[in-house]
Amino acid sequence: MIEFLSRRLAAALITLVLATFVVFAVVEVLPGDPALVMLGTDARPDTLAALRAQYGFDQPLTVQYLHWIGGLLTFDLGASHAYGTPVAKLIGDRLAVTLPLAGLALGWALLVAVPLGVFAAWRHGRAGDWGVMGFTQIGISIPNFWFGIVLVLVFAVTWQIFPAGGFPGWAQDAPRSLLALVLPAIALSLSEIAILTRVTRSAMLDTLREDYVRTARAKGASEATVLFRHALRNALIPVTTVAGLIAGFLVAGAVIIESVFRLPGVGQLVYDSINNRDLAVIKNVVILFTILVLAVNLLVDVAYALLDPRPRVTA
Amino acid sequence: MEALHRRHLLGAAGALASVGLFGPEVWAQAKDRLVIGMSLEPPVLDPTKNAAAAIRELTCPNVYESLGRIDRTGAIGPGLAKSWTISPDGKEYVFKLHTGVKFHDGEALDASVVKFSIDRLFAPGSTVPAKSLYTDIDKVEAVDPATVKVTLKSPNSYLLYNLSLGDAGIMHPKSAATNDKHPVGTGPFVFKERKEGDSVSFAKFAGYRDAGAIKLNSVIFKVVKDPSAQVSALLAGDVDAFPGFQAPELVARLRKDARFAVVVGTTEGEVIMATNNGKKPFNDLKVRQAMAHAINRKDLIDAESGFGTPIGSHFPPHNKAYVDLTGTYPFDIAKGKALLAEAGYPHGFEASLKLPPVGYAQRAGEVLASQLGKIGIKVAITQLQWPQWLSEVFKERNYDLTVVAHTEANDLDRYARDGYYWNYDSAEFKAKWRQVVEATDFAKRDELLKDCQRIIARDAVNGFLYQLAKIGVWKKELVGMWENSPTPSVDLTGVHWKA
Repeated sequence: MIEFLSRRLAAALITLVLATFVVFAVVEVLPGDPALVMLGTDARPDTLAALRAQYGFDQPLTVQYLHWIGGLLTFDLGASHAYGTPVAKLIGDRLAVTLPLAGLALGWALLVAVPLGVFAAWRHGRAGDWGVMGFTQIGISIPNFWFGIVLVLVFAVTWQIFPAGGFPGWAQDAPRSLLALVLPAIALSLSEIAILTRVTRSAMLDTLREDYVRTARAKGASEATVLFRHALRNALIPVTTVAGLIAGFLVAGAVIIESVFRLPGVGQLVYDSINNRDLAVIKNVVILFTILVLAVNLLVDVAYALLDPRPRVTA
Repeated sequence: MEALHRRHLLGAAGALASVGLFGPEVWAQAKDRLVIGMSLEPPVLDPTKNAAAAIRELTCPNVYESLGRIDRTGAIGPGLAKSWTISPDGKEYVFKLHTGVKFHDGEALDASVVKFSIDRLFAPGSTVPAKSLYTDIDKVEAVDPATVKVTLKSPNSYLLYNLSLGDAGIMHPKSAATNDKHPVGTGPFVFKERKEGDSVSFAKFAGYRDAGAIKLNSVIFKVVKDPSAQVSALLAGDVDAFPGFQAPELVARLRKDARFAVVVGTTEGEVIMATNNGKKPFNDLKVRQAMAHAINRKDLIDAESGFGTPIGSHFPPHNKAYVDLTGTYPFDIAKGKALLAEAGYPHGFEASLKLPPVGYAQRAGEVLASQLGKIGIKVAITQLQWPQWLSEVFKERNYDLTVVAHTEANDLDRYARDGYYWNYDSAEFKAKWRQVVEATDFAKRDELLKDCQRIIARDAVNGFLYQLAKIGVWKKELVGMWENSPTPSVDLTGVHWKA
């Protein structure tokens, strides 16, 4: 177990180092001059040059890279060029919106999708299965921003149960903040429910054909025990893999939903930083995403090991 | 120039608005609290550190006051200076300051603070975006605590205006370095809190010299970029006012809603089809005249749902020095074709149109491509992000045509600049502009400005399309919001709720 995990950890660290090269290179080749973006069309050439020097844009690339890595290692991410505020605070504030949103969306998706998938596999080829598959087809096809606007119309404008958008802040008003995340989380989770339901269903169909399931039935185990204790446990491995991928997507990919619901999340931060050429923020957010995805993958590996002893031995 | 972000949710927003269901008043409206929606987020909160118009809209003059003050009509009145005199040669300005003025942190305003603040605008090595407006200043002296004398190297008839802009907001040496995150000024509103990506809030400054006139106690500027979210924020009552509403096609729906006033006013923004005068074939006057004849301004304004006023030169129609030149090259496809043939392009040519990511440019770009196509110019549209536009089109001048709004006031001087992105170089215009700058008689200056408008209209430097409208939407009970936008400012000094 220890050896398995340390191998995975080493692989993750190597990936991270490679990622810093890629991120730095991509940020460098982004078209546009951050100084020009900040100072606008009336700036004089000497003013632009002075600002570039102030931010160190005129330094050799190796110096800029090492400076950045040194900052990362000492947890000093520097200040945003656009806002002037420390990048760590900016990202922290946004994660306080995005992580709960992603968590809610993923939790809700798993809560709905896994039982639905098990049900569909159980009723394989019958009306229940067709109904669930039809629902997943619709769920995948509906764009989440459109679904979000429909939710706003129904639950915020007509019935006025949830706010139409905005985020008061955890410190200011925690219950209202949680309420503000409900509709966006539901909007975000629709397509994830559809995907996870399908994955659960097909994984269950595979395991239900296995010999040990027949054995379990033969020894007289109840249908619930067969489904949830024997079959589902094995079927959970592909579900966990997909849930891990979805978690990464939910953190980074909620830009449009954040925009519809006026949530100051990480997706908006990335979008704005790219538009402002706020290089200090772009670099660090992308590396943070990389770390998050690597961490989720590690967690998925740990979950595999817990669910199924085989990788512990063979990996 | 302004960067207005619009995304692709308009259809859905239309559906949202068309349902016509009224959103909840989420909280009862206290009579001294105002929530203002902004389409663009200010980056830092210091106009001397970044050129974004949103910084000036929020903080000038609400937080930072300048020596003069630009009012809702665009006229200059007293600001921190209660009066001034200008020497007959136009080179010496003596400002008398208000006495007893305090900054939000308790520091006092005096002539030495004003000297510090103006000096840093044009100091060598300064990174002030508007530095070029102040480089005619030779020196600034504190004559006595309440008197400041500004001496120019050469007369500049725009100096008083420039010193009244938010760019020249007076800052204190103690707080100047941290104003980007925590703005401190002498204005009627004190900075309270900023949530990046979300909002900036202010409270009334009890120590303001005319505190009795300030009726609002609490002001929150909320960033709502998406047009559909702007509509839902208004309908749901989360936002009281949008001084600059960004979706002209949704205005008709809001007009039907009895809760809101829709107020259409003027801006200083000329929307032009900027043309690379230094590049073949656009360096040929006949080609530019042909394009001018191909442009039908009515179609362009229709694409803005009717908002906008036609212009025939680079000058706002509401200015008293305006001269109507829309008839210089009237819409006439046959004439356009003939001129192109005369220039040696009987079958037209291919051209690129590089568009920045703003609604008006996207809409105008499509219309222009089709209009130019009718005289044989095959236009290929390329979409650019703002940073790309700034580098590729503006700095490197690597373009044929683009569409952009020049939103600064008094911006005819761009036509006299060497190396500006239009590559226009006219000795005649430069000489005339020199006279405008050095004029000491304002009536005479107006006549010179008319000549300037005529020169660039005649030379068809750019395609002159229309003046951007300012669309304000706010609750009917709100009084005192600016109808027009003579300068980037959401001035809240006179704003209050109807009792």
